[in-house]
Amino acid sequence: MPSNGKNKSVGVGQIFLAFLLIGATSFGGGVMAYLRSSLVVKHRWVDDETFVELLTITQALPGLKATNMAILAGDRLRGTLGALAAIAGVCLPGAVLMYFVGVVYQVERQRPLLEAALDGVGAAAVGLILATTVELGRKSLTRLDDLAFVLLTVICVNRLHVPVPAALVGVGGLAAAWHGFGRAGTTRPDP
Amino acid sequence: MNQLPALARVFTYLSLLTFGGGIAAYPELQRLAVDVHKWVTLVQLDHLYGVGQAAPGPNMMMIVSIGTLTAGLPGAIVVLLAFFVPTAFLACVVGRLWTRLQGRPWFVAVARGLAPVSIGLLLAGCVTFAKGALTGWVTSLVAGIVFVTLLRSTVNPALLVLASALVGALAL
Repeated sequence: MPSNGKNKSVGVGQIFLAFLLIGATSFGGGVMAYLRSSLVVKHRWVDDETFVELLTITQALPGLKATNMAILAGDRLRGTLGALAAIAGVCLPGAVLMYFVGVVYQVERQRPLLEAALDGVGAAAVGLILATTVELGRKSLTRLDDLAFVLLTVICVNRLHVPVPAALVGVGGLAAAWHGFGRAGTTRPDP
Repeated sequence: MNQLPALARVFTYLSLLTFGGGIAAYPELQRLAVDVHKWVTLVQLDHLYGVGQAAPGPNMMMIVSIGTLTAGLPGAIVVLLAFFVPTAFLACVVGRLWTRLQGRPWFVAVARGLAPVSIGLLLAGCVTFAKGALTGWVTSLVAGIVFVTLLRSTVNPALLVLASALVGALAL
């Protein structure tokens, strides 16, 4: 088992390289699994408990889980510099790739075959995102009354066209008040 | 026309909506990038979003492509910084205060309350995205098959995206 999170100082370069590798190989989403296998299993920079704790923090915050995890883990390992190295590493490969996708897409428009293939890719993305959402919901929603808030959010955004920040604050506030009163349900969502 | 300030504004705003995941910001992304600023068309947005799902790393890197299409390399860099710097800063601060925040009842309630709302935002994003990307029975079938396959097996999603590209090229 990995020893406790406090570790012998890890170099900024090492952090950057580890995250660069994750950023370059985590094809098809699921960056979290790659992060865990690198940080917890391979490098033993954090233990499982710390990893779950960091994951819980990302759930309370805006921002992508992968980049927020990079920031949190990098900061714990080596302070601000570590955080910067981690987020730069995890973002760089995908960002460079999508930059070139943008360049090529600009030039290669109006090709029927490519357009058709990309329509297929878009359709696959719908299934992928929905599957991710369902799995996330299964893990983080522990009570039936949570489903009401899920539904309310969807109706607000999709049907009533309430601006997203308003829905976030409104329904979020409502749910927070609900959970604040119903003290019985303070079970932590286990990620 | 200089689009960089608008890109910076829009993508900073979008990043603050991504509770739970990138798709939570999709309805606003679509409204701002397609309808308001006309940086990309709806079809382009959905194509890039799809490709972005297969790219490695954080799954919203397709925003870089929007920056590129709009304003070249400077656009790509501005979008990247605007989208990640504010939330990264926030994560860093909260990460350091975490042990103290955890003890506060209001914070626990807010965190609990955000959990279902973030799932709701993700679902709402899925619905908006699906409306644009599912154009007929072939695309709906592809989405359905990918969805069921992912829930029932551990196949790498990138392979499914690739297979779907092939199906699209042959059938659409």
